[in-house]
Amino acid sequence: MTDATSGPDNLSGVTPDTGLKIGQSEASGPVLAADGTPLKSSLNRALRRQKIRALLLIAPLLFFIMITFILPIGQMLFRSVENQIVSDTLPRTTQILAEWDGQEVPGVPTFEALARDLAVAVENKNHTRLGSRLNYETTGISSLFRKTGRSVDEVGESMFDALEEADPAWDEPATMAQLMGSDGWNASVAQWITDGEDGMIPVFEPRESIASLLPDTTDLYASYAELVRTDEDNPYDEDVWPIVFHVFAQEIRGDLDLTGLETDQVARLEQAQTVLADLSPTDPETVFLEADEDWGDIEVWTTIQTYSPAFTAGYFLNSVDMQTGVDGPEWRDESQQIYLKLFWRTMVMSLTITISCIALGYPIAWLLANLPASKANLLMILVLLPFWTSLLVRTSAWKVLLQNQGVINELLVWIGIVNDDGRLALINNATGTVIAMTHILLPFMILPLYSVMKTIPPSYLRAAKSLGATNFTAFRRVYFPQSVPGIGAGSILVFILSIGYYITPEIVGGTSGVFISNRIAYHISTSLNWGLAAALGSILLAIVLIFYWMYDRIVGIDNVKLGG
Amino acid sequence: MMTAADKAAAKDNLFNLAIPLTAAFGSVIGLLGGQAAGLGPWVGLIGGAVLGAVMCFVLARYVPKRAGRWGSAGLIGVIGLLMGGISGLIAGAICGALLSWFAYWIHHDTYRKGVPAYATSGQVLWHNAFLFICGFIFFFLIAPIVTIIPLSFNAENFFTFTPGMLALEADAFSLKHYRDFFTNEAWIRPLKNSLIIAPFATIISVSLGTLAAIGLSQSHVPFRRGIMAILISPMIVPLIISATGMFFFYSQLGLWMEANLGISRSIAGYIKVILAHAALGIPFVIITVTATLVGFDQSLTRAAANMGANPTTTFFRVQMPLILPGVISGGLFAFITSFDEVVVVLFVGAAAQKTLPWQMFTGLREQISPTILAVATVLVGVSIILLTVVELLRRRSERLRGMSPG
Repeated sequence: MTDATSGPDNLSGVTPDTGLKIGQSEASGPVLAADGTPLKSSLNRALRRQKIRALLLIAPLLFFIMITFILPIGQMLFRSVENQIVSDTLPRTTQILAEWDGQEVPGVPTFEALARDLAVAVENKNHTRLGSRLNYETTGISSLFRKTGRSVDEVGESMFDALEEADPAWDEPATMAQLMGSDGWNASVAQWITDGEDGMIPVFEPRESIASLLPDTTDLYASYAELVRTDEDNPYDEDVWPIVFHVFAQEIRGDLDLTGLETDQVARLEQAQTVLADLSPTDPETVFLEADEDWGDIEVWTTIQTYSPAFTAGYFLNSVDMQTGVDGPEWRDESQQIYLKLFWRTMVMSLTITISCIALGYPIAWLLANLPASKANLLMILVLLPFWTSLLVRTSAWKVLLQNQGVINELLVWIGIVNDDGRLALINNATGTVIAMTHILLPFMILPLYSVMKTIPPSYLRAAKSLGATNFTAFRRVYFPQSVPGIGAGSILVFILSIGYYITPEIVGGTSGVFISNRIAYHISTSLNWGLAAALGSILLAIVLIFYWMYDRIVGIDNVKLGG
Repeated sequence: MMTAADKAAAKDNLFNLAIPLTAAFGSVIGLLGGQAAGLGPWVGLIGGAVLGAVMCFVLARYVPKRAGRWGSAGLIGVIGLLMGGISGLIAGAICGALLSWFAYWIHHDTYRKGVPAYATSGQVLWHNAFLFICGFIFFFLIAPIVTIIPLSFNAENFFTFTPGMLALEADAFSLKHYRDFFTNEAWIRPLKNSLIIAPFATIISVSLGTLAAIGLSQSHVPFRRGIMAILISPMIVPLIISATGMFFFYSQLGLWMEANLGISRSIAGYIKVILAHAALGIPFVIITVTATLVGFDQSLTRAAANMGANPTTTFFRVQMPLILPGVISGGLFAFITSFDEVVVVLFVGAAAQKTLPWQMFTGLREQISPTILAVATVLVGVSIILLTVVELLRRRSERLRGMSPG
């Protein structure tokens, strides 16, 4: 700061003309605002305040859109690669399979792990979900899991029967609960029972000494206790799963260091040891192969191994008719390839619709742009009325018009252009989709074309003609190049809109006139293969975003106009 | 007075151009009419040509324009009445009117009206052909919507014009499909749902959208392009993708609301659909309101501030009245988006939230009932009203901002 305020009038402090004086004075230094602060920082502060105010006005909507729209889209993208269901449902199996070489059907340890995983999954009722998930990759796995799920109880059944025969106390779920659970947990369960069994039991706590002695049994019992808890059941009433006894029988064999246990537990374990010593445990492999011989098929195991990781490119490969083979991605059988064809058809049909829209929209836009305003406004209503009319109304109109017994065919037969047997097939095929969608999207072509043509001065054409150009040359060399931005804007708009259309193709398209979006809807609502639907949607989204980016380049998002 | 040369030229035109062309036009009409009446192609073709030639000669030579047009429409109408009853009368009158209009159009050189005097005959032909093509395209645009209106009064459960309707018999028409629409629970419930969901969605998108549009129209907005892209995205992303994404997200949201907020399943369903529709309507509000704000004179707010108004007063007393037309038309766009939307509600909603378009969609896909045509006609009426309101608002807004004199 300089001696800026010491001037001829010798006033000290800031006056309204301080800034002006500094501007006029010879003194070097920062230019000051009216209040004496440097102008630069004052302007910066004002600008910052303005920016913050603008952002505060935008923030609620931005937040709203982020939650209600962007987040769902992001979640869909995530779902297209997410694949935690396999490792979540079969944790032990996938761990063992990670080291499997894929040469021959895996051995007993893998079947053992699978039996435990599957028993837990069956009780939680999510083995069928996993079955249908893996069925997308290899057909037959869904029924394999369902069948096996029914007989997985056989594993461990004989152990339980033997124990029960030796001492009926084993039949009581409470026996197991007191053995496996900590004293504290048992006490609170007892308290929960006296309180009237209201709500959930406390979270299971294993008995330390038993847990170190029988880790696998404790682990499985914990799964059991967790399910009992979430079902709001009583662990003293609910039968313990046979698989727990199967694992128990294996772990209790041999020399166990029973020191440090309380006497009644030692008694229980010793009793179990004597009972189970002579019994050979059920072999899960036999049970599984008996339930379904597909377990001897190496392909099943390969599929489980391939889809063990938490994330997969499988859905995306599937969307482009590929699959994960032995040596990485490979093409599916010719007979199973549908999606690339469908994408291609969607593209071709959208392009056909776009071209028809240009062909029909260009003359109309020209006419509207060159008529006097009063007539043009009147004719504009004929364009805007379809634009404002419900999509369903227009689709139902076309359904009525195009039917075999519909208005168009009746009219043609009546006039005698086609005879009664030769009625035109206008609906439930690609023709129907193209006709109806051209009609529906035509206003989206006319409006941008019109707004561009409005800006082309008619005098240019006259100038060209007065310089000797023929009508056609004048149009081709002078008018048409100026209308190209309008064609570009309209085409991209129509193309983007048509590529994701669902309703109209679904109603008038039959089987040969449907788009990729109909397939997405099918996977969402009928086949329930949501991952594949998400992957197809992501690919479609990527295509649309590319065109959107082009649109932004050509027209600019800010210049989108509605209704003329 | 006509000179002798003019008379010769007119006579020349009559025999060289008008009579042959009218005969050709007459034969086309005769062919169609003859086929329709079941007379076979040749009778209609030749009869139409002869009729056209005779009419053209008589009208051009002896009858003034106005009387000739009415007279020929009446005359051929009466012939039609004798041949085919009331529908014959109408068809005949139309044919007569068309033929006489065509004869005068050619003979009086009206077809040259739109082109300069020096245009060659090729250019004149092209000009008229172009007008005809445009007429056909307008017909293509509007005919499907217009056709369903008379069909909705069909007394039978058919989707085509019955012989009775074509003969204009009174008992071939009825209001029974409308009665079904307004009494059948399968249609009343969706109508109510649509009228619940659309207004709430509109209120959310208009209030948030207008605020944001005002923010976006300030001169210094950081990340303007990025923010704009995000806010417009619901309009750009195809509905099927939005619906897929929302399907996953909103089902979890619904469960969460039921579990944590204690909202019943039905209410949670409505909230989900309303939120989804509000998101879809926002781009339309943003676009229309920012378009209105482009022409907004910022010095007005400064003037208001200068006179001591605080920002809230300025907004409601100065800014709001001026941008109101844009806000209302944005609101109408948002309303129609929600009212018309079917893909997202199909995926996000449950049967309890079935809307009118959803019911129409199931109707069209499964058991197609003519009540759909009655519903469609009512909706066409709604869209005509909306179109009129938006058009009036647009003109008012332009007038307020001094963009057009009218």
